[in-house]
Amino acid sequence: MIRALTALLLCQLVGEIVARLLQLPVPGPVIGMLLLWILLLVHGSIPAWLQQTAQTIVQHLSLLFVPAGVGVMVHFSRLQDEWLPILLTLIGSTIITMVVTALTMHVLSLRMNRMQ
Amino acid sequence: MDINLTDIWVYLAETPLLWLTLTLAVYLPADWLYRRTNALPLFNPVLLAIIGLVLLLLATGTPYATYFDGAQFVHCLRGPATVALAIPLYTYSATLKRMLVPLVGALLVGAVTGVVSAIGIGQLVGLSDVTLRSLAPKSITTPIAMGISEQVGGLPSLTAVIVILTGIVGATIAQEVLSVTRIRESSIRGFAIGLAAHGIGTARAFQMDAEAGAFSGLAMGLNGAVTAIIVPLIVSLML
Repeated sequence: MIRALTALLLCQLVGEIVARLLQLPVPGPVIGMLLLWILLLVHGSIPAWLQQTAQTIVQHLSLLFVPAGVGVMVHFSRLQDEWLPILLTLIGSTIITMVVTALTMHVLSLRMNRMQ
Repeated sequence: MDINLTDIWVYLAETPLLWLTLTLAVYLPADWLYRRTNALPLFNPVLLAIIGLVLLLLATGTPYATYFDGAQFVHCLRGPATVALAIPLYTYSATLKRMLVPLVGALLVGAVTGVVSAIGIGQLVGLSDVTLRSLAPKSITTPIAMGISEQVGGLPSLTAVIVILTGIVGATIAQEVLSVTRIRESSIRGFAIGLAAHGIGTARAFQMDAEAGAFSGLAMGLNGAVTAIIVPLIVSLML
């Protein structure tokens, strides 16, 4: 587990350094993810020691958003005034975004298949 | 006896241990309940855990900053967790290669749609200017969203809350919304969820199947980058 955590943190660290050095708008962990993906492609398989820990973390991804979410209590007064329009906006925009993204990808993949 | 308990409370309330432990202790039953109800959308574990913890903090008069001193140890794992998404992604490398062009197209169209629809609907329902600016980067993961919010004149901490809410909304409605489109490919469903609802959506996508989870994680990462670039542009055009 420690080995896996070290590997994940190292990838994140390299990602953070790359993001700062090249002044990329991409967050360090995302570059770390792409880096680890490339390393796995080069290696050709997922090492067992990495698989287990990574699976445990990914399974409980939800937990990691709880501390930031509890921050809602700091904004109670603003949310009291605007909670309904905010919620409507989020629901509307999320539905539209999800549908447009899925349909775009679907249509493009059908076109690709037809061309081949 | 009473005094002793108060003393113990005063001591514990100041250590990171208490709120770190309670974050996990509240999350576990929330997650259990969610699984027991067969992923009933309104029983989203993030939502339940947040409600439970906020009630606890209000009841004990604990400020958020004190809570976060303990909870930050969980919060900090988001970085390595994002990196770990490379593993499911690797498993579906072949699908990724095949879907590369549709994926890039959907990424660009979806990212613009996310920002424009948020500001547009927000204006229609009469949100204040600062809330609109805080809301523009709502679809992407918290750390980047907060940075962009600040850049365009929003409130970063409000953005953090809005991002989490977006994730919960996305995870809650994903199944129903996507069934309307009648698209069955897990890669497309996952990608749409991750693009619209970042990490919380990705957690939901992994419950659908591993392929949806992998593409959701990828969409989350890529959309973080694209949205970071387009939000300042769109905000300057629309606000």
